[in-house]
Amino acid sequence: MTLNSTDQLAQKVTIRHKHSLRWVVIAIAAVLVAQYFHGLATNPFYQWHRFAYWFARPVILRGLVVTLEATAASAVLSLIGGVIVALFRLSSNAFLSTIGWVYVWFFRSIPNIVILLFIFNSSAIYPHLNFGIPFWHSFFQINSSKVPYFVFGVVGLTISEVAYAAEVIRSGVLSVDQGQIEAANALGLSKLRQLQRVILPQALRSIVPSYVNLLIGLIKVSSLLYYVSLLDLFGSVQEMGSTYPGDIVPLLIVGSVWYVILTSVISVFQFYVERYFARGAVRTLPPTPIEKLKKQFSEAYYTISRRNRA
Amino acid sequence: MSTNQLAVEIRGADKSFGANHVLQKIDLDIYKGEVVAIIGPSGSGKSTLLRAINHLEGLDFGYIKVGGELIGVREHRGRLHELPESKIRHQRARIGFVSQNFNLFSNLTIIENVAEGPLAHKKLSRPEALAKAQSLLDQVGIGEKSSAYPRQLSGGQQQRAAIARALALEPELILFDEPTSALDPELVDEVLQVIRALASTGATLVIVTHEIAFARQVATKVVFLDKGQIVESGTSAQVIDNPTNSRTKEFIGKVLWQSFSI
Repeated sequence: MTLNSTDQLAQKVTIRHKHSLRWVVIAIAAVLVAQYFHGLATNPFYQWHRFAYWFARPVILRGLVVTLEATAASAVLSLIGGVIVALFRLSSNAFLSTIGWVYVWFFRSIPNIVILLFIFNSSAIYPHLNFGIPFWHSFFQINSSKVPYFVFGVVGLTISEVAYAAEVIRSGVLSVDQGQIEAANALGLSKLRQLQRVILPQALRSIVPSYVNLLIGLIKVSSLLYYVSLLDLFGSVQEMGSTYPGDIVPLLIVGSVWYVILTSVISVFQFYVERYFARGAVRTLPPTPIEKLKKQFSEAYYTISRRNRA
Repeated sequence: MSTNQLAVEIRGADKSFGANHVLQKIDLDIYKGEVVAIIGPSGSGKSTLLRAINHLEGLDFGYIKVGGELIGVREHRGRLHELPESKIRHQRARIGFVSQNFNLFSNLTIIENVAEGPLAHKKLSRPEALAKAQSLLDQVGIGEKSSAYPRQLSGGQQQRAAIARALALEPELILFDEPTSALDPELVDEVLQVIRALASTGATLVIVTHEIAFARQVATKVVFLDKGQIVESGTSAQVIDNPTNSRTKEFIGKVLWQSFSI
């Protein structure tokens, strides 16, 4: 018998298996989603006209700005603080690494709201803040009661955020292959240049997703600022809700929608930053959503044309 | 050879990792232009000895001089004190190092990897460093890969890039730590060819290797290390073809048998 591919079966196209059960699940899920949106649109309880009224009111937007400012300030400060605490923890000196460890352990253990309230009341504990040489001479003094609430709020958010950021940064640095550091040493690169050219760019690949996660958490934790007399997004919603009790549900939806928008913007930003830092780590970069869509369409087109030929 | 200048002088090199005495009072001279192959069973201290030459491992006792200068330490009142990191960096720039796992910087392109040494040590301007990197990459036969990232290259190409990176600082001496042992068998030869070409230019090379046939062909001196001691050293004709020590005989026999059985 000779081997050849001239027989009928060898010419046939393979038709992919149809996942029948999957279609049942899709149908059920689609009905449930449709039902939910139908309820959302028709239930008078949600008062969509009041939602539209409140959505871009100046009082809400002012709150949104406070949320953005406090989050941004705290994000920048906690990144700087996080790098410092992480370097302390990574230090080969036992004293420095213990300080780093204690900081993380202590401030990770205390609820954010407790830290905020402590900082807010710190003017009672430390009525004057002195700047100078410790235990000796003070160059100038600040009266704590004159410090704006916003500063207290940002400091309060930052203290615990630094502890989380330090852990994210430390694990990123530890994820860099030891061989990379050895090669940098063998080439005689200084510690600073190693950090800047090799270690941080590689560490950032694993730091970015976790740090964005922290950032999203920070946006929501910033709603606690309301409890230290700052009118952030949540604070404004609460204030308006107590003034207009009938509108509390649409107001809460306004708040939720704004938080969703902030998180979505950050997620898009994250995607592109991650792609940037993936250079060199993967052979080909992951596709953008648009590239993915194009691929899906061209694959679907290919499948259909194959089936037609068959 | 003895009329030549000393490139490396190892005296009483001794080191332990805990209870493991990996180097036991090793003395070794390497002259300029020599190609030294260090062979021996795994765990014999070959890599530690090599890594001590550029102070990636510090010694407990003894010293190593490269080009007449103490490496990693200085003498003060009859004792050896470890140098600060900034001084060691400059010494390492004089000594090329190629490791088993290539360890190219994965976030930088091939050409940036090669240019990094001269740039970090401010030896060349950026355009000069890139031009030099390109010509070194051409020399090792991967000139067209200069803008690729390391992971896009085969193991053999990565190792050739790593050799180009080591050459970029124009070192007095290049150390190779098992340069082919992480490679697929069919890629070993392209890397050995590059090393062979370097040897023929009169460069001083120290190679820790398992490739006995290669050592025999290229090395001007073969050092057999076992249990932290130099058991036998001499030309390849002495150490590989006519070993006198029983431990050397046993090791060479084993390795040759393995290479024939493939």
